[in-house]
Amino acid sequence: MTTLLSADDVRRAIARIAHEIVERDRDPSRIALVGIRSRGDVLAQRLHAAIQANEGVDLPLGALDITLYRDDLTRIGHAPVVRTTEIAFSVDDRILVLVDDVLFTGRTIRAAMDALVDYGRPRAIRLAVLVDRGHRELPIRADHVGKNVPTQLGDDVRVHLVEVDGRDEVELVRAAVPA
Amino acid sequence: MIGQAWTRRHVLATDDWSRAEIEMVLEQTDVMLPVLTDPNRTVRRTPALRGRTVVLFFAEASTRTRVSFELAAKALSADVVNVTTAGSSVEKGESLFDTVRTLEALGGEILVMRHAASGAAQFVADRVTSAVINAGDGWHAHPTQGLLDAFTLRSQLGDLAGKRIVILGDVLHSRVARSDIHTLVPLGARITLSGPPTLVPVAWRCGQLPEGVVYEPDADRALAGADAVIALRLQRERQESGLLPSLREYARAWGLSEERVALMRQGAPVLHPGPMNEGIEIAASVAHGSRSLIERQVTNGVAVRMAVLWLLASSPVTA
Amino acid sequence: MILQGITRFDEQGRTTTGDARVGGGAEPIDARGLLLLPGLVDLHAHLREPGFEDAETVATGALAALRGGFTTVCAMANTEPAIDSPGLVAELIARADRARGARVLPVAAITRGRKGKELADLVELAAAGAVAFSDDGDPVDDARLFRSALEYARAADRPVFEHAQDRALSARGVMHEGAASAALGLPGIPAAAEEAAVARDIALARLTGARLHLQHVSTAASLEHVRAAKADGLAVTCEVTSHHLALTDDWVAGSRRFVWEPMRGASPPQTPRGAPYDTNTKVNPPLRGEADVRALWAGLADGTVDAIATDHAPHPSVRKDVEYAEAAFGISGLETALAVLLMAADAEMGELGTIVRALTSGPARVIGQDVPTDDLVVVDPRMEWTVSAGALVSKGKNTPLSGRVLRGRVLMATVGGEARYTDGSLKGRRAEATASR
Repeated sequence: MTTLLSADDVRRAIARIAHEIVERDRDPSRIALVGIRSRGDVLAQRLHAAIQANEGVDLPLGALDITLYRDDLTRIGHAPVVRTTEIAFSVDDRILVLVDDVLFTGRTIRAAMDALVDYGRPRAIRLAVLVDRGHRELPIRADHVGKNVPTQLGDDVRVHLVEVDGRDEVELVRAAVPA
Repeated sequence: MIGQAWTRRHVLATDDWSRAEIEMVLEQTDVMLPVLTDPNRTVRRTPALRGRTVVLFFAEASTRTRVSFELAAKALSADVVNVTTAGSSVEKGESLFDTVRTLEALGGEILVMRHAASGAAQFVADRVTSAVINAGDGWHAHPTQGLLDAFTLRSQLGDLAGKRIVILGDVLHSRVARSDIHTLVPLGARITLSGPPTLVPVAWRCGQLPEGVVYEPDADRALAGADAVIALRLQRERQESGLLPSLREYARAWGLSEERVALMRQGAPVLHPGPMNEGIEIAASVAHGSRSLIERQVTNGVAVRMAVLWLLASSPVTA
Repeated sequence: MILQGITRFDEQGRTTTGDARVGGGAEPIDARGLLLLPGLVDLHAHLREPGFEDAETVATGALAALRGGFTTVCAMANTEPAIDSPGLVAELIARADRARGARVLPVAAITRGRKGKELADLVELAAAGAVAFSDDGDPVDDARLFRSALEYARAADRPVFEHAQDRALSARGVMHEGAASAALGLPGIPAAAEEAAVARDIALARLTGARLHLQHVSTAASLEHVRAAKADGLAVTCEVTSHHLALTDDWVAGSRRFVWEPMRGASPPQTPRGAPYDTNTKVNPPLRGEADVRALWAGLADGTVDAIATDHAPHPSVRKDVEYAEAAFGISGLETALAVLLMAADAEMGELGTIVRALTSGPARVIGQDVPTDDLVVVDPRMEWTVSAGALVSKGKNTPLSGRVLRGRVLMATVGGEARYTDGSLKGRRAEATASR
């Protein structure tokens, strides 16, 4: 087990991404943050707080559960229980920044975009992730990345956040090496 | 509850459900409701059941429940096949056994059915490969109604523990009453049944009541201080079959009038599974009055049915 | 064969252990642990022929009876046409003779065509071989006509078997009216529907001095009336069925627990529940509550109940494989009754001797006959077997005991000294040469 990001690394990554988001669009009034449950929503809250502290703007903040939009329902081992989605603002003409903890195959992001489109027509959708671990199966890329980590398919990238897990850390657990 | 797996293959009746299972459906209903009602959504659907087929087999006339299930299935992007009585072979006297073969051949993943015979849903579930949702079998059960009534009451009253809910009317012939008992009591509510003695099962009148349920023949006494009332539809044939002297007497003694509603707790809501006989079991002004949650029951009904369809379709037991 | 060390029951239910000669030959068989019973007498079975041969025939019914240990069976008259004429009685007897199964004693109809309007020719029917009269399947609704039947039957010197049911009270009921029917949402048949009819019938028996036999009594209240009638010296007898002694209305809701088995949570764990609305539980009179079942056992013990019968009611699957409300009433019971009763005795619900009496001398006395001395049945009370539709000889596969493991099996049945049924296993118990005294 390797630590990819320590607590300090996580803090810095979020601070950097918060700046990057605002730099991209001089006028942040059209930006809204939407975190993908679970943990992406926690990260989105932190970005929201950082941007508020830095710029003094209170960006609209939403949370999205993509379970109802997944394409792999029959392959999951257990019945996926859906959490609520809260998007209390109009997405029309907004720049939505999707926030997730790990970008992997890209299917979660595809489902998230399908979900957002059912809420209206955003001007643009961008993606911010804490870790990009490669192995994309769809043509999706992140606009803001905390850390790029090369991994093998069988590896497990575990994100721990204080609000959920009691500490900030991102670990890599290597796949079992065949004998 | 989040994180627990759904394990039931069919939804036939809630009499043997644990509290956890009931809560699971109610939680998922909370998630489904915004899909239907969130003003920020422009598309009131999700693709969750895309590519799946839901067959609606309604051998007993019903518009509201069938439409409700149809809306629920479509909100999940499922394909819907309607097999209804009008002109169907069931109406022409085809036996349920033969109908089962047709239904099996249609091959839908989920079969929603309503039939006049108690036990019909069990009969079909034992003989088809689809998952079966009982939308009403004779006098026996209407599980999604019980769940939507529980959802509606909980949304309005909060925690149902200790709340006293009156079920008023023809209990003997009511699958709604039975299903309401089976969802509300596990959530902590106490039920008072009220209605003419001829329209309540003998066993329940004479003390062999299910747990958490009492019987009070006098409607005024039953409603005094109650937290909510569910009024049941009275079918006209009850008077014809000698169980009631007249509909007028029924309306006087057990009808849910303004005066009776005022006996309940301040703000106690009024529910009715529909369709209503205004002027008989419920006064028109009560049905459309400020305490009535009847319209909310309709919206909640679609959301509850979406939750049930989702749990059955996405569970590995069905897949 | 010489069955060595067998436990023999006489028709009064008394036992001796020793050797017994059965069938022809002197082959020594180690029969320790086995039971030798007088051939059982079933006062109530539906053999469905003529008219409903898809459900059963005299031949299949008579053979099924033997497998169940019944060497005499009283065949009910609700066939098509009903057995209401001497010619039909004779035909039934002839078919039974050809079948070479159990003895079949015809029970002729009380009313012409069983329509409940006019008396049948009871004296002629008796002369043709009918041992009793019954419209079973239906009661005789008209009290005045039933009174006449009771009186007139005295001329024929035969008992009247009545299916006591107040049809107005039972209305469209399909199971016992109680907590189970309330929960299942099925219309119920109240105990009062039987009790009211029993009270009427006993009052008429008192009035007419007739021999009245009440069929398939299923409630405590009915038994109270019978008890009082007997105390008053009336010639009233009654039977209970094997299924009413073992099953309750909870079986309709999915229970698979015999009334003597431990409740949920007991150790060892009880039989898992089946699906509710199994139409094999639909029977008339319906399966009743536990209190009624225990009252039937009490009635058996104190002599109020004269006989245990099967009310064997086979049906083709097309009449049972439907919604509960539409299904025909009836349980196919000839081949399972004895095993169930042996298990009940094992569980101390009743004395085995009392049960044997209620299956032999009790019913024989009701029809005024002696138990044939060379009708015998060899039973292994310990042998376990699984009830399976395919293995039943009866065409009626409608038993709620399908898939159930029962304990107690008939190994051989002789009628008039002739071994008409054997499962072959006795040969495998060949003993050492000399017999012990």
